[in-house]
Amino acid sequence: MIYLDHAATTALKPEVLDEMLPYFTERYGNASTIYSLGREARKGLDAARARVAAAINASPDEIIFTGSGTEADNQALNCALALEKKGKHIITSAIEHHAVLHAAEGLKKRGFKVTLLPVDEYGLVSPDALEKAMTDETALVSIMMANNEVGTIEPIAELAKVAKARGAAFHTDAVQAVGSIPVDVKALGVDMLSLSAHKFYGPKGVGALYVRKGFRVAPFVLGGAQEKNKRAGTENIAGIVGLGKAIELATGDLEARSQRILAMRDALIEGVITKFTGSTLNGHRTKRLPGNVNISFPYVESESLLIHLDFEGIMASSGSACTSGSLEPSHVLMAMGATHEQAQGSLRMTLGDENVDGDIVKTIEALGPIYEKLKAMSPLYQKGGKTLV
Amino acid sequence: MYNDTVLEHFRNPRNAGDIDNPSGVGEVGNAACGDIMRIAIEVEDDRIVDVKFKTFGCGAAIASSSMATEMVKGKTIDEALQITNKQVVEALGGLPKPKIHCSVLAEEALHLAIKDYKEKHSA
Repeated sequence: MIYLDHAATTALKPEVLDEMLPYFTERYGNASTIYSLGREARKGLDAARARVAAAINASPDEIIFTGSGTEADNQALNCALALEKKGKHIITSAIEHHAVLHAAEGLKKRGFKVTLLPVDEYGLVSPDALEKAMTDETALVSIMMANNEVGTIEPIAELAKVAKARGAAFHTDAVQAVGSIPVDVKALGVDMLSLSAHKFYGPKGVGALYVRKGFRVAPFVLGGAQEKNKRAGTENIAGIVGLGKAIELATGDLEARSQRILAMRDALIEGVITKFTGSTLNGHRTKRLPGNVNISFPYVESESLLIHLDFEGIMASSGSACTSGSLEPSHVLMAMGATHEQAQGSLRMTLGDENVDGDIVKTIEALGPIYEKLKAMSPLYQKGGKTLV
Repeated sequence: MYNDTVLEHFRNPRNAGDIDNPSGVGEVGNAACGDIMRIAIEVEDDRIVDVKFKTFGCGAAIASSSMATEMVKGKTIDEALQITNKQVVEALGGLPKPKIHCSVLAEEALHLAIKDYKEKHSA
């Protein structure tokens, strides 16, 4: 099997599992209790918090553990409600993950005006465009650090500066970024940042929201006093411990890991673009996550490519949302100005730690006959490259 | 999400290709909706003696094209017109709900091909 869908999720590292396991069994205590069993769980929680903080240059008291990256995004967007006195306007981008877009829709229903910033052909959000969209009523700006479909890395430090200059809060969804590229909350100058453990070889079902000291975040899940009243619910200690270990591993040797993955990424891009006439890279050539490859193939539809690749033991993803049951083409590619045909024919292959050079060679080889077969079956293609429609 | 029959038809599609000088051709869909289907038929004595399809689309679109063309091959024009998308879905052992429209496209393309044949034939 060749796994090329690391942007969807990653395999838990054995070292991470090892640290998690005792918290399912002998260290099962509730961290809110005062006896030794509870204190042990509390210790695990505190250590994980310190590790997450260290990985993104934050302080431990700036980290709130959540049940997912999506929940962290929802909590961040929800803060706009508490910032209402500043105004009922938020700004985000057209290429955000649905965790942010749908949370923004929720705010719209509660009377907020929502501006979706456009992106250029590479998927970049422009600080100038943000500047122009800012009003005195803008309470919150949320722009993702790196896009999940095309891997474009946004100029977060510049964007946050623009927002802060106008007194608005700034959140970034860094779910795809953490563990792939350096993330330093102080250098970025953000108020809030979301991350998710399973994107960097940690467990599913656990994420975190960084909240800058001095910024008042509103609780999203209500109930007990956990996470200093900012996130109720008995802590998922095993998951949180896993998040702590995973982020330490992922950021510890980030440079070496990302260099190796980036070399494979470039070989895959180069190999595919050279071999398949008319195929085009989606996203930016260099301002790009080290593991992201997203290529549009002319004349064919991506789900067909995916199923054939699966027959060959290669797991990839499609830029179009068709596979997830929606028939709409990718909102990200459409926002970047892609044609419907390009959006429907986009294949996302995201690389990670367990990939080797041989995977790239095999994938390019496997794509050859698959593409020829589908192209021959396509009414959009006729020999000689003449298209019918 | 797809059953074995759908995957089998997707992997080994029947009747993919073109017919030189077909008796009728029907094309439906567009890239915006994600699927384009073209069905060509060759008719002799009101019977479909050959049928081919070309499809741009997802797994369900290709499997529906394959199954629908298989079902009408050898049938008379009137018999072919009786075939509905529901029968195509049944023959495939079911399709995921959002993919049902692929079978509708197959029915439509086929009906358009027959209509095209009838128009040419009567002229």
